[in-house]
Amino acid sequence: MSTITIDDLNRLLTEEAGGTDNGALTSELVDTEFVALGYDSLALLGIATRIGKEFGVHISDEVLFDLVTPRAVLDLVNGVARETR
Amino acid sequence: MTAGMATGAGGRTVVTGIGLLTPNGFGLEEFWQATLERRSGIGPLTRFDATRYPARLAGEIDGFDPASHLPARLLPQTDVSTQLALVASDWALQDAKVESGGYADYDMGVVTANACGGFAFTHREFHKLWSQGPDSVSVYESFAWFYAVNTGQISIRNGLRGPSSALVADQAGGLDAVGHARRTVRAGTPLVVTGGVDSALDPWGWVSQLADGRVSHAVDPEHAYLPFDTHACGHVPGEGGALLVLEDADAARHRGAHQVYGEIAGYGSTFDPPPGSGLPSGLARAAELALADAGVAAAQVDVVFADGAGVGELDRAEAAAINAVFGPRSVPVTVPKALTGRMHSGAGPVDICAALLSIRDGVIPPTGKVTRVPAEYRIDLVREEPRTARVSCALVLARGRWGFNSAVVVREALPR
Amino acid sequence: MVITGIGVRAADSGSRAEFWSLLTSGRSATRRISFFDPSPYRSQMAGEADFDPLAEGLTPAEIQRMDRAAQFAVVCAREAVADSGMDFSALDLTRVGVSLGSAVAAATSLEQQYLAVSAGGRDWLVDHTRVSPNMADYLIPSVMPAEVAWTVAAQGPVTMISNGCTSGLDSVGHACRLLREGSADVMLAGASDTPITPIVVACFDAIRATSPRNDDPEHASRPFDASRNGFVLAEGAAMFVLEEYEHARRRDAHIYAEISGYASRCNAYHMTGLKADGREMAEAIRVALAEARTDPSAVDYINAHGSGTKQNDRHETAAYKRSLGEHAYSTPVSSIKSMVGHSLGAIGSIEIAASALAIEHDVVPPTANLHQSDPECDLDYVPRTARECPVNTALTVGSGFGGFQSAMVLRSPEGARV
Repeated sequence: MSTITIDDLNRLLTEEAGGTDNGALTSELVDTEFVALGYDSLALLGIATRIGKEFGVHISDEVLFDLVTPRAVLDLVNGVARETR
Repeated sequence: MTAGMATGAGGRTVVTGIGLLTPNGFGLEEFWQATLERRSGIGPLTRFDATRYPARLAGEIDGFDPASHLPARLLPQTDVSTQLALVASDWALQDAKVESGGYADYDMGVVTANACGGFAFTHREFHKLWSQGPDSVSVYESFAWFYAVNTGQISIRNGLRGPSSALVADQAGGLDAVGHARRTVRAGTPLVVTGGVDSALDPWGWVSQLADGRVSHAVDPEHAYLPFDTHACGHVPGEGGALLVLEDADAARHRGAHQVYGEIAGYGSTFDPPPGSGLPSGLARAAELALADAGVAAAQVDVVFADGAGVGELDRAEAAAINAVFGPRSVPVTVPKALTGRMHSGAGPVDICAALLSIRDGVIPPTGKVTRVPAEYRIDLVREEPRTARVSCALVLARGRWGFNSAVVVREALPR
Repeated sequence: MVITGIGVRAADSGSRAEFWSLLTSGRSATRRISFFDPSPYRSQMAGEADFDPLAEGLTPAEIQRMDRAAQFAVVCAREAVADSGMDFSALDLTRVGVSLGSAVAAATSLEQQYLAVSAGGRDWLVDHTRVSPNMADYLIPSVMPAEVAWTVAAQGPVTMISNGCTSGLDSVGHACRLLREGSADVMLAGASDTPITPIVVACFDAIRATSPRNDDPEHASRPFDASRNGFVLAEGAAMFVLEEYEHARRRDAHIYAEISGYASRCNAYHMTGLKADGREMAEAIRVALAEARTDPSAVDYINAHGSGTKQNDRHETAAYKRSLGEHAYSTPVSSIKSMVGHSLGAIGSIEIAASALAIEHDVVPPTANLHQSDPECDLDYVPRTARECPVNTALTVGSGFGGFQSAMVLRSPEGARV
């Protein structure tokens, strides 16, 4: 079980939902809300499934829509990954 | 314009903008030039390796790069048919110069026809489901394939919140969409984007189209799709279509619309008697209903854009229907789709665009590469070169598999 | 325009009578999927109809060529025609039309075909020698309204309306427009969908729209309940004989209800998402009521879209408050999807049937499985038990992917009870 980086997240979002209008997702944008980056709930659902497969972390319905920024996703996935190490 | 502005029954419905993509034309004028010059978009399938299939010619739109027309975020969630439709509707709205705020959102609707849905997209999803498992299916499959997708996406992209719909009636659906759009305008929605775009050029979509038994197995693109020809041997499937902006004529004038291509003056639709009944098809009756709706006598029609199935018995039946309405050899007939293939829900709207341009330019396009028409058809098919003619009124016909017949009367706009 | 014949097939609803019996029982007919092994899927339940095509009178040739959704449509059309008592052979058939709604049409046959031509999903370059001769009709499903037209040899305007989950409402609205403008004298209108097939189950799994409450299939569809967690997919169909009021009166037809108003709008917001304010649904309701010349206070019953997703039930509750004001609080609202599940394009017509029967019987069907109240859904949703009360005016609404928002007003026939 590996940690997820901003570059991983950028790759997943781009493949799943296309690029943002602001260019690649970088660490400067880590606290920008997904909605502001142009990613909707479907994009989050899409990457949630892929995160489950690639990083072994299942993101439940209850938690999913609280993940409003890239940082929230990274923290959740890496937090869980750390806990289960 | 206030929301819910009543336009009233009996108001004229005009076309103020067009966006079109066909195998022989990236845009309206390119299509028209190619059509007049008989430049065909039919060629070998390149979308996938078709060598194993008995038919390998299609009307493909080559070189379409959706990324250069649409935002990146729309691409993973749209089939190519939707991408084409979004670009066409963008072009149509730009062409009509509808300013933001010109109409309230409820005063603008979308009525499209669709035949195949987002089929290449759904084929990919079926493939993933069955080769990788359920959790590989995309979050977009729930709406990228279904028949309403183009109406929905056009509505969202352009903020159109008026009455909207999606119709399915095989190749007749495109005319039904325009007819219903006109009905919607006359019922009080001053602007409706309408038309159809279809594409099913993935392997499964391809073999499904072949299954109807009417696709040409010819190997030479010049002779594969010859509607009304002595050597008619089936049709060639195509991808593409057109979106048109329909407006109430008074509302268009009021907002300062700078161009009017023409009027959608009449519409009619019938369904054939059940197969095996021995009764004649309802195509002539659909034509007569459209003419009556337009208040136009047969003698006033300057050209018929025919359905042009390219199958002997169907061509014969269509010729008979045209003769029943107009008398033998009494009106020029043409089938410009011989150069694009049959584009399903795109066919009728593209024919309407060709009719509008024949009105504008006073010229009737030829029927592709057709050369010899059986004398027994008794039709005056325009072929080999365009025919200069004053065109003020055109009839467009379309038929759908199993008995759908639709007709639209297109007329030059009245002087302001 | 009036409804003089009704045919319905749905979960536990092998006839119009069985359908109404289910609705008044408050029982949910959703169950664990039996049509295929659902264990690989997130949501494993559906509202399956126990449909025997031969027993329904379809011939082997019809069964062989028709996708399941077409079979449902034809069977319901025949039930509606018989119910109407109309002698179609005496009509000018060029003035009889069909308006059939469907969201996913031949999805079931498409999937079966796919497995055959792709060797179980292995081959992208599919095998054309294994293609069914009916495959062109599964690709382009306008054969479905054609099949309905053939039941009565209709030769007027025939079309399929495919507006996602509002197809069944919009197809009937469309038919009324054609009757009103004089393009037809009689319309066979309705909708059919049979989407219980892996690709559809998987696509709703992907967006978590369907309930994963697999340990309790009979209580999983719980619209407006605080613990609701998605809709339950279903199959079904409903067909109507529609005619103009005087046309029905002249032949002494039994009239279930008049369709007095219809309107549709789009939210132009998102293909699957809904804003919380319900603005566009409220506008569709307002315009439908205006066409019906009906004041919000006259609405006796609202047949909700009520799919049972968190976002939908909240959205339409807001729409009712926005369009009906205070009357939203005193009007019974119920979702029959709690009992038959959500059959996508078909459900709009099935809900029109429920509304017409509610008017006919003066009984409001309940919302089954409703136990825990949700502060955001604070109207009277008729929990669990059907309610006898006068129903003279019913409002039915629908909401669907693509942003479609539709509303229809039904009224008891003139001269009916007060």
